[in-house]
Amino acid sequence: MSELRFEGVTVRYGRALTAVDGVDLTVPSGQVVGLVGESGSGKSTLARAAVGLVEPASGQILLDGSPLHSRRPLQMVFQDPYSSLDPRMTIGDSIAEAMPRGARRRDEVVRLLELVELDADRVSAYPGALSGGQRQRVAIARALAGKPEVLIADEITSALDVSIQGTVLNLVRTLQRELQLSMLFISHNLAVVRYVSDIVAVMYLGRIVEVGPARDVLGNPQHPYTKELLAAAPRRGSTSLPPPDEALVADAEPADPHHPPAGCRFHPRCPIGPLIRTDREHCLTLDPTAEADHRLHRAACHHAAGVLRAVGSNPPVHLQLKEDSQ
Amino acid sequence: MRRWMAVLRTPVGTGAGLLLLGVLLLAVFAPILWSHQANAIDTDHLLQGTSADHWLGTDNLGRDIFYRVLVASRTSILLALLATSIAVVTGLALGSAPAILGKRGGRVATAVVNIAVAFPGLLLALFFAVVFGVGAKGAVLAIGFAGAPSFARLTQTLVAGVAERDFIAAARIAGVGRFRMLVRHILPNIAEPLVVNATIGAGGTLLAFAGLSFIGLGVQPPAYDWGRMLGESLSGIYVHPAAALAPGVAVVIAGLAFNLFGEAVAKGLGAQVPRARWTDRTPEATPAREDDSDAVLVVEDLHVSFPGPVTPVRGVSFTIHKGEIVGVVGESGSGKSLTALAVAQLIEPPGQVRAAELSFLGAPLLGRLPVRSTAAVRRRLLGTSFAMVFQDPMTSFNPTKRIGVQLAEGAREHQGLTRRAAMDRAIDRLRAVRVPAAERRARQYPHEFSGGMRQRAMIGMGLMGAPALIVADEPTTALDVTVQRQVLRLLETIRTEDDVAVLLISHDISVVAQICDRVLVMYAGRVVEDLPSTELATGARHPYTRALLAAVPDLDTALDEPLAVIPGRPVDPARLPEGCAFAARCAFASDRCRLEDPVLIDQVACWHPQAQAEYSNFRTGQR
Repeated sequence: MSELRFEGVTVRYGRALTAVDGVDLTVPSGQVVGLVGESGSGKSTLARAAVGLVEPASGQILLDGSPLHSRRPLQMVFQDPYSSLDPRMTIGDSIAEAMPRGARRRDEVVRLLELVELDADRVSAYPGALSGGQRQRVAIARALAGKPEVLIADEITSALDVSIQGTVLNLVRTLQRELQLSMLFISHNLAVVRYVSDIVAVMYLGRIVEVGPARDVLGNPQHPYTKELLAAAPRRGSTSLPPPDEALVADAEPADPHHPPAGCRFHPRCPIGPLIRTDREHCLTLDPTAEADHRLHRAACHHAAGVLRAVGSNPPVHLQLKEDSQ
Repeated sequence: MRRWMAVLRTPVGTGAGLLLLGVLLLAVFAPILWSHQANAIDTDHLLQGTSADHWLGTDNLGRDIFYRVLVASRTSILLALLATSIAVVTGLALGSAPAILGKRGGRVATAVVNIAVAFPGLLLALFFAVVFGVGAKGAVLAIGFAGAPSFARLTQTLVAGVAERDFIAAARIAGVGRFRMLVRHILPNIAEPLVVNATIGAGGTLLAFAGLSFIGLGVQPPAYDWGRMLGESLSGIYVHPAAALAPGVAVVIAGLAFNLFGEAVAKGLGAQVPRARWTDRTPEATPAREDDSDAVLVVEDLHVSFPGPVTPVRGVSFTIHKGEIVGVVGESGSGKSLTALAVAQLIEPPGQVRAAELSFLGAPLLGRLPVRSTAAVRRRLLGTSFAMVFQDPMTSFNPTKRIGVQLAEGAREHQGLTRRAAMDRAIDRLRAVRVPAAERRARQYPHEFSGGMRQRAMIGMGLMGAPALIVADEPTTALDVTVQRQVLRLLETIRTEDDVAVLLISHDISVVAQICDRVLVMYAGRVVEDLPSTELATGARHPYTRALLAAVPDLDTALDEPLAVIPGRPVDPARLPEGCAFAARCAFASDRCRLEDPVLIDQVACWHPQAQAEYSNFRTGQR
């Protein structure tokens, strides 16, 4: 379908808070980019900037290389299905509202409801009569009604019970494959992101700190924050907490987005940074994002492995530097 | 519409409704029926008092005051309603202008409203009355415009509240225009409070209008309304009190009708708490059994019910021993949080807690105590040996008090420490839960703490005494994964160091599996399985436990298969099926399951407990 590209996008709230700081990210056509990060990392703000709910302070958001004018080709599904549907509108009306003018609304609504596995006779039901999972299906149907070229899903399962979460994730995955949608899938849950994404991007304090094919990023994480997220995610059948590693660092406060630290933004929490290894003082002053393109997974870490770009049009050759973290 | 009908069925609603209906009927029919009597001039009986012919006497032209009061109802109420509608329409237009005009225009509209609200209504009314001239038309406009600012402010506030919601954002993304957004999405969602306030406002307008007419700025002769009648007969109040009182009483009754009706509707639409008969037949406390000296908390056949009647917790039994971490998992509505609240004695009426036994450190928690002094003992026991940690640490601290002070409060109350000693203890406890720079942080306010730090402080608060049990209700749900792990680790450390028992409630079975010794799986208000957490992955026997485990994606989930799901939806506690509550969603359900409710036998409540082999069935569950 279409490629969505963020180029140096910065979003500020007021003067003090830079929620998204110079993000470059590409959602390739027909692929799913999973965006993970903690609360306050700016992942939802990035989504809201894409659909035009907030204006970027600088940078541009391109769809197939051209700036967005009408927002139609992008649709978004929100986190909380209890707040994202108008309680005073039937679900049929909610879905029909999002359709382009001149569509054969009735048939189309029925088709969409069937697509998200809801009974067509639910057209005239109000959201109050539906469960959380069903509402989220309606929200997905409404997003699809706008015939989007890119779908943005912002924490769409985190308000749902585990037993419902699976059905929604399965649905999203099937729809994405059938309709060949390009998708930005945002979640704080690495296991969920892993399940739906082709590409994983990790966000920390308004910046993308690592991005790459899902299998590579999760299998060979370069940024210490990605490693930390991976360590915190549950594994099948684990019945004990992972052993406390570098307890001193792990107990530090999460950084305050109002006052991002200088140098590497992760250094106050970093287990391989200046807190533990006093010789790494450059982390305190030198911003690793500048050189990110030369590292594996575009990692924003001075100690990530590098990439050698071969001359000519050959794909970049990945070169594993001597692993010096642990 | 059903809710409005329900409002009319309450006693106040019925009374106010009837009164309002009466007043409105009078306004419609009185002039038709009694105009003649009201306007009949009788020069023989000028300014007379009460008599059989003229119940309330006559005025200076000998007209019957009783009929005039009745007939005046139309003018009074019609003009009041007109003024109210002007106020509401102007207010709506001003208040919703920011939603239509966009950023800059909206700012101007907001500023206009802010300035208008700053002037007292009466001043505005008098000002407009002078501008529009003396007379009924002028008074209607004056009162209407004077009432507009408050409606504008109300509308603004309500619109701002709705505009935050995601469905507005969704509509914007869908390309819905501003005007359409206002009409289709915003107004329907703020209609109810607006109608209620307009009704109450009508009462006020009626009074204001009577006031204007009274001082001669309102209705002019020969037309008359209650205010004018009151003004005219006031001079003779000592001679003919009835003539002055009657229009006054009419104003009061009509005003009350509007106000009461508005209040009744507001109450009915707002708080929907069914007032049920609250049976206060609390049995006398039974002393705990002595056989289990190691038990910290004994819960036996616990029921929590609410009027309806619904019983979201139906017969939960478990025992927590010293230094044990017991997890309770289940979906929303399974009764897990209510179980925790019942244990913490935090179920408020009209909720009811019943249990065959509910005892903490050997002391019964339920029931009337025979001696009053033991109640104080019980309170102290809970205050010092029991700690509760809630899901949202933002709302569980008082935002206006420093963290240290809040921690110290309990210690001063229950342990009788001095201010200094309590503060020292608070700082010490903050250190114990690994809050960095505890001394400085104790002087900070809750908003200066991050979510994880606040949750630590909350746990620290529980550690102010010497707790034997910490009840933690979804303590990590609001936290980021990395922080979540730290808080769990902290709970585990406290358990090992101080031998504290923990009751951990969570919807996330992987959280529970990580730190608990034992897991209780709840479904529809029952414990359906009770098993050691080491056996969760391999030894779960209840189909629900297995399904729950399979449904959580983790880093080892196969990518080429659909996720395992549990078909159907959780049961509604108000509509429990006859047999096993899980039967409708269970792949193994038989006829027996649909008829007979299984009880917890051998740690599992299921007619068809599963062995290892069937595990694979759930992995490929489809929907």
